[in-house]
Formats: sequence, structure tokens, C-alpha cells
Amino acid sequence: MVYLDSGATTKVDPEVIKAMMPYFTEKYGNASSTHQKGQEAKRTLNDARQIIAKSIGAKDEEIIFTSGGTEANNFVLKGIAFANKDKGNRANHGFALPREQGSLGHIITTKIEHDCVLNSCKWLETQGFKVTYLDVDESGFVKPEDLENAITPETLLVSIIHGNNEIGTIQNLKELSAVCKKYNVYFHTDACQSYTKTKLNVKKQNLDLVTLNSHKIHGPRGVGALYIRKGTNITPLLHGGGQEFGLRSGTDNVAGVVGFAKAVQLANQKHVEYMTRLRDKLIEGVLKIPDTRLNGPTNDKRLCNNVNVSFKYVEGEAIGGYLDAEEINTSTGSACSSPKLEPSHVLLAIGLKPEQAHGSLRLTISRFTTEQEINRVLDVLPKVIAKLRKMSPLVKFIKKI
Amino acid sequence: MVYSDKVMDHFKNPRNMGELENPDGIGEVGNPICGDVMKITIKVKDNKISDIKFKTFGCIAAIATTSMLTELAKGKTLEEAEKITNQIIAQELKGLPAIKLHCSNLAADALRMAIKDYFKKVK
Repeated sequence: MVYLDSGATTKVDPEVIKAMMPYFTEKYGNASSTHQKGQEAKRTLNDARQIIAKSIGAKDEEIIFTSGGTEANNFVLKGIAFANKDKGNRANHGFALPREQGSLGHIITTKIEHDCVLNSCKWLETQGFKVTYLDVDESGFVKPEDLENAITPETLLVSIIHGNNEIGTIQNLKELSAVCKKYNVYFHTDACQSYTKTKLNVKKQNLDLVTLNSHKIHGPRGVGALYIRKGTNITPLLHGGGQEFGLRSGTDNVAGVVGFAKAVQLANQKHVEYMTRLRDKLIEGVLKIPDTRLNGPTNDKRLCNNVNVSFKYVEGEAIGGYLDAEEINTSTGSACSSPKLEPSHVLLAIGLKPEQAHGSLRLTISRFTTEQEINRVLDVLPKVIAKLRKMSPLVKFIKKI
Repeated sequence: MVYSDKVMDHFKNPRNMGELENPDGIGEVGNPICGDVMKITIKVKDNKISDIKFKTFGCIAAIATTSMLTELAKGKTLEEAEKITNQIIAQELKGLPAIKLHCSNLAADALRMAIKDYFKKVK
């Protein structure tokens, strides 16, 4: 099986599993317990925290473990919105008003976020917050001037995805955070796809909040982290025993964070170079198929593991179906594969027509992908596209030869 | 999306794929914006569908339903063929995912359009 869906999830590195095992079988203590087993767990938890913190230039106590990217993004949007909800009213009236009488504040995000950000924003709109969804250019980049123009005295948070999960666009965080700093607005980035794959440093890039997760980098599922700059005004989502500095209650997932930290330690710049080489080989080969376009940017502005292309006259779920029959796993932005039957909002945001979005295919590699596997895909994919085009009534010009 | 084995069989090995030359009737439904276009061409002999071919732009369900339709329609009288519904096609395929029942299950409409086209031509 050729697995080219590492943007969805990755294989857990055997080293990670080895590191996690003792925390299921022997060192299973609750990090909140005061006995030796508990304290052992607490120490392990803090060691893992230190590894994650160090990897992005943060202080240990600025890292909050969560159940993954979705929880961390929900925590940021709802936690910042509700903790700062008087900001909007104060800007308008100079004092806090009851909720019914005005906006609770304003949030800025983009049209290319992951659903967990977009749907959190949509929910916040039902609660009285205003949200602006910024447009992006044809490669998926947010223009800093658009961000600046959208900021109002009510704006309390800007949330922009770092590496886009569908088309691989890597935003210039430094440029965007500089705009936010100018107006004293919190800046959050969802770095689930980009973490360990491109530079991420909370000091150099001046970030207030960063979402990280484990299962995209060969760690276990069910673990993520949120970086919260010291002094940030945020209210917890989960109330309970007061774990994670009172910001995220729930028994600590010690085995999970050990695996997460191990995955971070195993990540390496050489892997990035390796994946970039395979990615570019794949792009070059796929673009040889006629009537094919690359979605998203090229070179170092694109995630090293992401390829996203659109084929004219054919539909993505069918492409994926024939590839799967050839033991090649991929994904698509076609409406036909989505439970909502809508084409990818990211592909539409970069200006694709619905029929172009239907014909899209995402191929995401990992450091375990081999060159032979890429060769295999480049052998099979043109045949699949040819077969589907032969079947397609949209190809008017193909007549008997 | 989980499909039945029969759907996957028709998707992987589509029956009667292509386009008939000088067809007696042509039917085309759907539009590329929604992600499904199905084209049916038929030959009619002695009031029976003597040959039928399909072309489909669309998902796994769209391809499988059109392929299934051509199997069901071939050799049938025009009256019998007109009675084939999208629901019957879905049943013959051992079911379709609920959300696919409406969007990608249009093959019977395309056939009825082809039959109508035939009657228009012979009149």
C-alpha cells in the first residue's frame, strides 16, 4: 500500500511507540497523585513539556497539553473571545454593556482555515461576536494590508493558519503578527500541518498563541498542545481538577505526551529536505498530465509534504477510487467526497471554479515515503486520469482515432 | 463514504462505457458545477433497446449507477425501460450512501430523456 495521505494522519514511528509503552504498563500513575507513581508521571509530563516548549522557543509553563488540534483551536477562539468579550463594547461606548445591546468583540480569520476554526467562529457569531473571514490570493496567501484594513477597535483576536492543510501554503507569520502587534491584538496561528516542517519560533515570529499536534508528525492521535504567551487573557474550555495550570482540566495523558515529545525529538531538518525532493519530483511528474494545474504555491512557500492538483474533466472521488484499487491512498477536495456535498472551501477561496475543485487530488507524503512509491504513483496516475477522461462526457474533443 | 461491493464492482469494471455512433436517442443530465454529468446513447430495434452506452463525469456512485442502468436497460422494450427508476438502480446496487441517493443517482432520468429523444426523432 502506498500511503499518500499524511496530511490526514501519519504512521506512528516505532520509536514513539517504544517510548510510550512503559506509561501504559508500569509507569501508569496519575500526574496529580502525590505518591511516587504520581510524581514520576508529573516529572515525565514536565520533561515532555520542556521538549515541546524548546522546539518553538517558548517557556515550559507556556505549553498547555490538549487532546489535539481541534481542542486547541476551539480553546483559543472561545477562550480568548469570552475572556475579552467586553473589549468590543468598551471600544464603542467606553464602558461594558449587556450582551444584547452590542457586539461582544470582533475576530479576524481567513477563508482557508481548518473547519475546527471556521465552525468555532460561526458558533461565536451566534453568541454575539463579529467575525471577518479574510480573502486570500490565488496561491492562498493573506495580504497583510487586508488584515490591517479589517482590524477595528473591537478586534480581540486574529487567527490565521500557518501551513494550509489542503494546498500547503505557508503564511509569512512575522509579517502578519507585526500588523497585530501594531494594534495590540492577539495573534494565533494553527500550526498543525507546519510544525517541524518549517521554521516556527514564538519569539522570532512574535506569536501569542500557537496550536500544535502530534499525529501529523508520527506521534500518537489524541494529543496536541497550545502555546499561550505568558500574560494572555484566556478562559478555559474544560473546568475540573485544575490540571495544566488551571487552563485545561482532565487527567493528564502522560503516555500520549511522551509519544508527542518523542516525535518532536525525532523530527529532523534532513527529513524536510528529503520530503521536499520527493514532493517536487511528484509535482513535476503529475504536471506532465495534460490539462492539470497545481493548486497552491511552489518551493519553500509550500509545505514540504503537500501536493494538490486539479485535473480537468474528471472527478476527485473517482480518481481516488481507482488509485485506491491500485493500493494508493489519497484524498480529494471534491464535493462528492464531503459529507456536506460542497467542494473544498480552500480551493474555492483561491479562485477555483466548482468543477475544477471537483477534479482535485491531494497527495501528502511523509518521511517514510520512498522514491519507488513516488515512481509507482507517477506510473499509475496518468493511466487513471486517461481512463476517467475516456469515460467523461465533458471531453468533447476525444473522438475515434 | 462506504460503498457496497456491487457499487465498487460497477465502478471498477464499468459496463457499456462509451458513446454509440449515430444513436437513435441521446439523453444527458446533470451539470459539471454539481459534479455529475451523465450521457446515455441508445439504439432501438423492434421497439427494444438493442444497444446502450454511457459516459459519466462524476463520483464512484455516479459511475456505478450509470453502468448498472445500462445492464438493466439492455434488451428491454422501451415501455419496460421507461419504468426503470433511480430507486430501482440503487436497490440493484445493494444500496447507496444516503447522501448519494439524490445527487449522483440520475441515470434513469438520462435514459428516459434518451427514449423521449428517440420518439421525437421517429415522429
